Amino acid sequence: MPEDLNWAIGGEAGDGIDSTGKIFAQALSRAGRHVFTSKDFASRIRGGYTAYKVRTSVDRVESVVDRLDILIALTERTIDENMDELHEGSVIIYDGERTTMQDVEIPDEMIGLDVPLKGLAEDAGGAIMRNIVALGVACEVADFPIENLDSALEKRFSDKGQSIVENNCKAARLGQEYAAEEYNHEYDYDLETTDEDYVLLNGDQAIGMGAIAAGCRFYAGYPITPATDVMTYLTGRIDEFGGKVVQAEDELAAINLALGAARSGARAMTATSGPGIDLMTETFGLVATSETPLVICDVMRAGPSTGMPTKQEQGDLDMVLYGGHGEIDRFAVAPTTVAECFWKTVEAFNLAEKYQIPVFLVSDLSLAVTEQTFPPEAFDMDEVEIERGNVVDETDIDSWLDEQGRFQPHFSTADGISPRAFPGTDDGAHMTTGLEHDALGRRTEDTDVRLEQVEKRQQKVETAKQREDWECREYGDTDAETLVISWGSNEGPMREALDILSERETDVRFLSVPYLFPRPDLSDAIEQAETTIVVECNATGQLADVIEHDVLERVERINKYNGVRFKADELANEIEAVLAPQEVQA
Amino acid sequence: MSSDVRFIDFKSDKQPTWCPGCGDFGTMNGMMKGLAETGNHPDDTFVVAGIGCSGKIGTYMHSYALHGVHGRALPVGIGAKLANPELEVMVAGGDGDGYSIGAGHFVHAVRRNVDMSYVVMDNRIYGLTKGQASPTSREDFETATSPEGTSMPPVNPLALALSAGATFIAQSFSSDSQRHTEIVKEAIEHDGFGFVNVYSPCVTFNDVDTYDYFRDSIVDLGETDHDRHDKDAAREKVVEADTEYTGVIYQDENSVPWEKREGVDENMADIPEGAPEGAMDLVREFY
Repeated sequence: MPEDLNWAIGGEAGDGIDSTGKIFAQALSRAGRHVFTSKDFASRIRGGYTAYKVRTSVDRVESVVDRLDILIALTERTIDENMDELHEGSVIIYDGERTTMQDVEIPDEMIGLDVPLKGLAEDAGGAIMRNIVALGVACEVADFPIENLDSALEKRFSDKGQSIVENNCKAARLGQEYAAEEYNHEYDYDLETTDEDYVLLNGDQAIGMGAIAAGCRFYAGYPITPATDVMTYLTGRIDEFGGKVVQAEDELAAINLALGAARSGARAMTATSGPGIDLMTETFGLVATSETPLVICDVMRAGPSTGMPTKQEQGDLDMVLYGGHGEIDRFAVAPTTVAECFWKTVEAFNLAEKYQIPVFLVSDLSLAVTEQTFPPEAFDMDEVEIERGNVVDETDIDSWLDEQGRFQPHFSTADGISPRAFPGTDDGAHMTTGLEHDALGRRTEDTDVRLEQVEKRQQKVETAKQREDWECREYGDTDAETLVISWGSNEGPMREALDILSERETDVRFLSVPYLFPRPDLSDAIEQAETTIVVECNATGQLADVIEHDVLERVERINKYNGVRFKADELANEIEAVLAPQEVQA
Repeated sequence: MSSDVRFIDFKSDKQPTWCPGCGDFGTMNGMMKGLAETGNHPDDTFVVAGIGCSGKIGTYMHSYALHGVHGRALPVGIGAKLANPELEVMVAGGDGDGYSIGAGHFVHAVRRNVDMSYVVMDNRIYGLTKGQASPTSREDFETATSPEGTSMPPVNPLALALSAGATFIAQSFSSDSQRHTEIVKEAIEHDGFGFVNVYSPCVTFNDVDTYDYFRDSIVDLGETDHDRHDKDAAREKVVEADTEYTGVIYQDENSVPWEKREGVDENMADIPEGAPEGAMDLVREFY
């Protein structure tokens, strides 16, 4: 019996797939089991194919795998779409009375459970609960105590009234009883429960929560998949802490709204995805030259252009490093796990204010849509530190005035960091501009002043390189001959791939890079390794390119760009394939 | 904050580089007087400007100011105001900045009705790029980029504002210093988005919409029995394209700024040194 269970519900958009999947994931999490979810979905409100997948284990799970054990299929296409992952003994739960499922053929080696989902739901109080009936069937198959489902149903439906909660609990039991009475297969699953407390959240929610924790009070954005959840999370919640979400008319406005709020002294943020980043690019240079602290979050999806809005890609690295005309000072941090989405957001705000610079917070679709379990201590709010940098007030503004008593927002200091005075500070009135400017923030084309200001802004970056930690997250065997480097959400599957490779006696050192600029110095690690492989979800190898540029050495590349994230087993095989020819030579 | 702020306190020591006789001198003087005479102080005022001749205003005025990206001054102003509702926020723009590249933001800023003022120096020409058609140029106005005229009707900013739900629409003439200042003051004092389109002639590139033309054509609604609270009357006035009206054309006396409706009243710059109290509840929500 495998230690993990892979479960999915699939159907058409509009079938309630997402909410059903979340209820099951919540039930597992509340039962003290680890959960890692993923979604197959299309950018449409109804129709098509969509699925919500849950991988669960008593131990931590960090990846999806190529195996599906229990599938609730609301459409025939759901079975076809998942045929590669289904295996001998997989259980398929379906309603043979549903028009879309009447002619369905379950492969002989699998177990088909034909359950009148709709009929049983009607018995419980309404056909709308048919997915819940199917969850009851799944509980029976997986030997998962159905009481755990009750608490998830309570959380989901309590605001709709107790009778709705009770009807749903009843629907689940009707499904469970039907499966127990009508079928007598031996199932290979036993979902034990534990006393552990877990929270279950996705990367967008972690970014939103991190923003509130970091003192962000102003968020402006324009809805876009897969960044919208950041905005919906903050809406209403940030108000409780004296903040506000503004839905802008477009991304051009969103970044400028956030810029305005930041000029007023608020910790401000906007989040978007590729197409929105394109529009915001117009303002990057202004944020940088006006030395305004701003967090710009890019939750990457497959491009270019509209690309594949609901598919995974890490294609915006070059964009966040180089986007915009002229030479724009910026930092870019990239969380590698859902929990890190929280911590990197906090860090991004501190970096932005300490160095008065735009900070890109680069996430990806896989982090955004994955709901993952964590012990609540993973988000210990007491650990959150706020560093605001060189903010001056009435008590110390005098030392930053020129001989004529004018505040100097771009004063050239040794470390490159100038003073900030928020509007409302007496004697602090000053302007700034996207034009090259002097220490007073006023336009100049004087060549000496230009040099001074460019060098001052570069000095800030140098200061940050020296003062801050820009370390990798390291896993695996430090002395291994094979070095794997990746960024973003690949950390999860890569960590599981390490376990798989270790079982196959392939030792690997793994460095997960959470800082894109400034970034860790990888030259020693690469020099030490026989083979370096850079893993990323794009076609051209953008991280591999910058690493080659940094260390002046060629690296091997594993690229995936079909829109689907890496799976642990797939990644292990790919790494072995890269290493194989060398082993033959040896 | 001292109460005896004079308009020159809003003036910087930088000399404007506008052409001698430019309407923007008068427009800016009215803005500075308007701010001073409504009891504002440079240290509590945030001025935002876009790009073009109008964009230079942040340099010539003394206050907190941002000279931003072309067309995006309004979102910056809204963000600044929402983050600190105590600030007096004034956005300056031109007809290109506000009605062409920034037209989308204009419509939505009007809709949002944040308590701030927006002063547009409308000279019906692109001056800084040396004389091309602007969105308010006349249909037959010949320029280097429209040798036969634009073959398009000009944008009607007042009608655009009214249809977007504006709560304060006014028009002034930069050369009529006293009236212009009065109107700007009313825009500042209005509870909501105070929009003033200012006839601000370009003496270098526009030989049609000149000081003489405006002096001869303007009808000051302040000298008529126009009821500024009557939306139907305002509608008639703004679509009468042949008459150059000045004065307050429309004001919604029941206007409540967006930030008040949404309960935004704190200075968002004030945050604790760690995570805010109650932040752990956010984690518990995910149980």
